[in-house]
Amino acid sequence: MKVGKIVGLILILAAFAAGLMIGKGGTSAPVITSGSGGATYSGGFSAKDNTLTLSGNSKSVAGPPQTDVVVVVKDGESIQQAVQNAQPGTTIQVMPGTYRETVFIDKDGIRLMGVIEEGRRAVLDGEDKLNDAILFSGNNIVVENFTITRYKGNGIMSQAGNNWEIRNNLIIDTGIYGIFPQLGQNGVIEYNVVSGIEDAAIYVGMSDNVHVAYNDVFDSVAGIEIENSRHAIVEANRVYNNTGGILAFITPGLPIKTTFDVIIRNNFILANNHANFGAPGSTVAGIPAGTGILVMAADDVVIEGNIIRDNKNAGILVTDHGHAANVTVDPESDPNSDRIKILNNTMLNNGYDPIPEIKAYLLTELKTGNPDIVSIGPTTDSCIINRHQYVTAGVDNFAECDFTNTHSIGNYLLAPVPPREIKAEDKGKIAYLGICAGCHTYTGRMIGPPVQVIQALYMDNPQGIADFIASPTKKRDDYPEMPPQNYLDAETRLAVAKYMLGVKK
Amino acid sequence: MTARACKRVFTALVLWAGAVNAWSTDIVLRDNCPPSFETTAAGICTLRTLYDDYDSVQGAGLGGTQTALGQHRDGFTPQQIDLGRYLFFDPVLSRDGSIACASCHNPERGFSDSLPRSVGIGGQEVARAAPTLWNVAFLNKFFWDARASTLEEQMQGPLFAPDEMGNTPDGLLATLNGIPAYQSLFQQVYPQRQGERILLDEVYQSLDAFQTSLISLNSRYDRYAHGYHAALSEHEVEGLNVFRSFVARCAECHTPPLFTNQQVAVIGAPEPEGRPIDIGAEKTYNAPRLKAGFKVPTLRNIERTAPYMHSGKFDNLHAIAEFYNGGRGHAVPKGIDLQLHWHISSPNLSDYELDRLVDFLGTLTDESLTPQIPQQLPSGSTPMVQPPTRQIVTTHMNPGESS
Repeated sequence: MKVGKIVGLILILAAFAAGLMIGKGGTSAPVITSGSGGATYSGGFSAKDNTLTLSGNSKSVAGPPQTDVVVVVKDGESIQQAVQNAQPGTTIQVMPGTYRETVFIDKDGIRLMGVIEEGRRAVLDGEDKLNDAILFSGNNIVVENFTITRYKGNGIMSQAGNNWEIRNNLIIDTGIYGIFPQLGQNGVIEYNVVSGIEDAAIYVGMSDNVHVAYNDVFDSVAGIEIENSRHAIVEANRVYNNTGGILAFITPGLPIKTTFDVIIRNNFILANNHANFGAPGSTVAGIPAGTGILVMAADDVVIEGNIIRDNKNAGILVTDHGHAANVTVDPESDPNSDRIKILNNTMLNNGYDPIPEIKAYLLTELKTGNPDIVSIGPTTDSCIINRHQYVTAGVDNFAECDFTNTHSIGNYLLAPVPPREIKAEDKGKIAYLGICAGCHTYTGRMIGPPVQVIQALYMDNPQGIADFIASPTKKRDDYPEMPPQNYLDAETRLAVAKYMLGVKK
Repeated sequence: MTARACKRVFTALVLWAGAVNAWSTDIVLRDNCPPSFETTAAGICTLRTLYDDYDSVQGAGLGGTQTALGQHRDGFTPQQIDLGRYLFFDPVLSRDGSIACASCHNPERGFSDSLPRSVGIGGQEVARAAPTLWNVAFLNKFFWDARASTLEEQMQGPLFAPDEMGNTPDGLLATLNGIPAYQSLFQQVYPQRQGERILLDEVYQSLDAFQTSLISLNSRYDRYAHGYHAALSEHEVEGLNVFRSFVARCAECHTPPLFTNQQVAVIGAPEPEGRPIDIGAEKTYNAPRLKAGFKVPTLRNIERTAPYMHSGKFDNLHAIAEFYNGGRGHAVPKGIDLQLHWHISSPNLSDYELDRLVDFLGTLTDESLTPQIPQQLPSGSTPMVQPPTRQIVTTHMNPGESS
């Protein structure tokens, strides 16, 4: 690292020299801050021991396959059937071909991998009839290498899965969202090509610790949207010809109320001037066409090292709920974008055709030219470096940032965690309290006979109870027949039987 | 005999027992926690469910199949809960002894009342429908217009609204303090207090304790969620996938595991014929953008709580599914400007998909932990589970005072 430090030092000195020289010629010398030297952002996520510190290419948060079982699905067969038959830990390889189905995964540890042969992929085709292509709620899910097209809803969505990887998928014209993880923690979205989406091509909703990198997203209303989420990094994506490029939002009215600690860096954000074709009433329907980066009500957003060019409305627009069109009110969410940190970005030819509101706003500051960076609405503790490089409006109250880069933060991902083992006795206790106790009390008569009576019958025979409750038979004329409890697995049934035999009250 | 039939017979026996008005002073409060609660070493009841093994983003209790439940109220004693049970069914809590909490929140009717709008004291119809009390322990907003944030705050609405239970704080205390059996039970539950008189907070807390013990988390859906996929039929799983799809988007607001995200949403549902539009949460938040906004209700036991919506417009689940499928804003009266929720769209689901949605909603039923209706009450009154007969058709809108 010694070399790096020295280079940094030289750059700082060079910057100083440059500043001095400009200073001699002009009346006021701009402070030129180098992003290579100077302090590094410490990040908003308290890195625990298990934080992934790798930077660079492809990241694994789902962990290695939990088993070596591989199932192959061929053209003409059903992917869903394979998922249904699979035990957690199974890798399902899907051969090239066309699959017309919705795949849903309500179990853990499934790795769904398309096999690409000489460029031919497994294609999921919704034929404009099916709702979603792939939907999962399990943990440690991997979805790779598919082509997904013509679905009415989403391409790939998760609901509450943790530790997922969505990689190298080609998603074309699939309705609302291309990739939409929701209500989960610790996920990677990388190397996907997503286009023609009516809302966001990639939409991270109400999630924590997410990494969105190396994706190519275009021809959609929103390119990449980080919404009501925390500890997210969006880096090295190419985002072009959408209505809005990259968004960090709080959408009011959602049950998780914050967005903070988002780093948007090293992306190519190009000509996002597509006419807005968002559904009426959708939040993105209010995005002005030609907006490179849009921050609304999010906090602690760092914008660094992006190439932002040819976005006709503005390169970077920071705003609040009060100025946003068509959003509801939510007294429980903070409407302002605070602590926005704009570091060095390469900005070219933005703001050449801004919306009338922005034009008028420029006039209030007696600004002319095409706006690169516009901040409308209250913001506190925001900062910017090298502001003199840009045409700006509304950034007068931005301070100089006290850091210049985010080099020390590789990502906010968590290392793969092994699946949680739940102790059998805990399972038994909870099943007893939540299920058995509804019909059995220790001494009294309820819907079923008293626990005391059961204990006397099965004293040393918990297996007898475990077997009986899986498929009960009518035993007593004066009690209704017990419904089967076969939805509890064998281990839990035995555990609950043991627990029941030990109950004393 | 099914569990439900069994319960009916049992209830009939209970009502008969109550009618003979016996042993009203012999009541002994239970010293065991209700099902699904563990008695801790300190003697209080802590909720334990199969969902305890999971986690959830930001601890919000929202997500998919295997998601932890969020913040909830528990930690009451078995005696508090049991005392609350007696109060809940006791019509002496109303001004004239004609109506109990259970009149509108009847365990036989999904802790609701099967009415489009509830009927209060003297047969007055109120402005809105009675919501179910199942899983109320998890809620942080109460009333359709979300104007209360605790159960204690909420219950003072119906207790003291002139068109509901019609009581006053003084009247309620005078009644309860005049009943020796209640005095003795409250003394057992609250032995630490100074003096012998029953206090309002004790009444509220006991009712709170009972209501938060109403847990419904072992439906066939739950069994599927915990990994037993055979719990649902093929049709029901298809319905689940429509429900959580991003075409129907039901799960975006009716989010598992509680099937509500506890937010206010403006969906543009129609009022019953002849009724003016109810402004709902606009009043609560003084926010025109929330006009006709209502709290997203849980869908658990939804099959048991028809009719539906805040004023009972729909009497079956299929009609509701059709409403959501009918196009964004199609039922909003002309001239009314609503800021409709962004998930209200025009999903164009097929009839087949609507049928499957209804199939799925039927899997959310679980009344296995229905508490027993008391056999007799400390007041000697008959436990009450029926509302008065509707006498007066009110047209006034007074949502500030109704459930």
